[in-house]
Amino acid sequence: MDGIHDLGGKQGFGPVNFVVSKEIYHQPWQLKANALSAALVAAGLFNMDEYRHAIERMEPRHYLNASYYERVLTACASLCVEKGVTSAAELEKLAGGGFPLARPSVPGRHGRKDVADFAVGERVRVRNEFVPGHIRMPGYIRGKTGVVVQMSPPFPFPDAAGHAMGEEMEPTFDVRFDTAELWPESSDKATVTVAVFRSYLEKAA
Amino acid sequence: MNSSSDNIADIARRVDAVEAAAMGQGLVRPGHLQQFTHKVEDEWTPAVGAAIVAHAWSNPAFKARLMKNGIAAAAELGATMPPHHRHLVVLENGENLHNLICCTLCSCTAYTVIGMPPDWYKDLEYRARVVRESRTVLREMGMALPESMEIRVWDTTADTRYMVLPYRPPHTAGWSEKQLAALVSKESMIGTARLEPPYLQPAHEQAKGA
Repeated sequence: MDGIHDLGGKQGFGPVNFVVSKEIYHQPWQLKANALSAALVAAGLFNMDEYRHAIERMEPRHYLNASYYERVLTACASLCVEKGVTSAAELEKLAGGGFPLARPSVPGRHGRKDVADFAVGERVRVRNEFVPGHIRMPGYIRGKTGVVVQMSPPFPFPDAAGHAMGEEMEPTFDVRFDTAELWPESSDKATVTVAVFRSYLEKAA
Repeated sequence: MNSSSDNIADIARRVDAVEAAAMGQGLVRPGHLQQFTHKVEDEWTPAVGAAIVAHAWSNPAFKARLMKNGIAAAAELGATMPPHHRHLVVLENGENLHNLICCTLCSCTAYTVIGMPPDWYKDLEYRARVVRESRTVLREMGMALPESMEIRVWDTTADTRYMVLPYRPPHTAGWSEKQLAALVSKESMIGTARLEPPYLQPAHEQAKGA
């Protein structure tokens, strides 16, 4: 989905608040939220793609205002409700107030069966697709052309896994793009290498 | 969040509510928090990655294995990765080559090897800007790279995980692996720091300047 989470290349943000610190959590609830997400994945309640998609489905204003660990918590709570562990009303009762959850999911999609692997050095284009469900293609590479620099072992196809449609194993290709191709005359000179699932790619003409 | 989102419960109480509901269904076991805390504080630390870097700098055969199959080589030193991280790609920095990792869509990292991602890595600013303005962002973060330094940014959009193998500072010839590992920071394995002068001064130079 073209959600608010898809931040790569968005303009208007200020300097990074770069603090070097050994401290990981600043409040006990942050550690608890992180531990909870790990426990629920380990228990098999949801997979990593469902978890990521639940964060992506947060109402945009909530997403932007929430801290990282509030997003973690909101995903866990939303999936617990959607999978029948509890209800929204019960959570609000236990928490003693409102409990904003993610917005509902839409159907996912299967991977393409008609795409062959790409070779290292091959030029590829990211398909010009607009997918309403979970997808791990950042918008800034859509329709852009890059070069395959390496291949990774198969992973579950996110667009299916994020909707509990099973583990369709599919290779990913690390594709290198020039920033001049991604944001002509509006970026620093560099390359960006993105791990792209095979179904998102086609041969470049 | 809209006008119906008034009276939102305190965040700590919301966490406790979900934990209670999950525990009631047997999804979370008592003691899970202590186990997770132990992993985060004592197991998944940058010292794991620092030992891998120091060994790679000292042992060319190990480095070759690390570049070929990161997970298998890391396992030689006792490092493990979670089941969904099925591939570790090591990005070697050079005198004129700088690698930098990010995750624009969420905040993925090889956290069992380089440690849990810092706050700034998860912040919207880093995620939005670093793919488009890498040189500017690094300069703002205190590292001004010359134009002659090639920058390669890596966006962690699949479950391949990346770590940067920092460029070994020339003044560390003959150092033990323990001395080398002490030099390697989490930031240097993400790519927002380099370890050689002028980016990082040798310790005796730092002492002189202090």
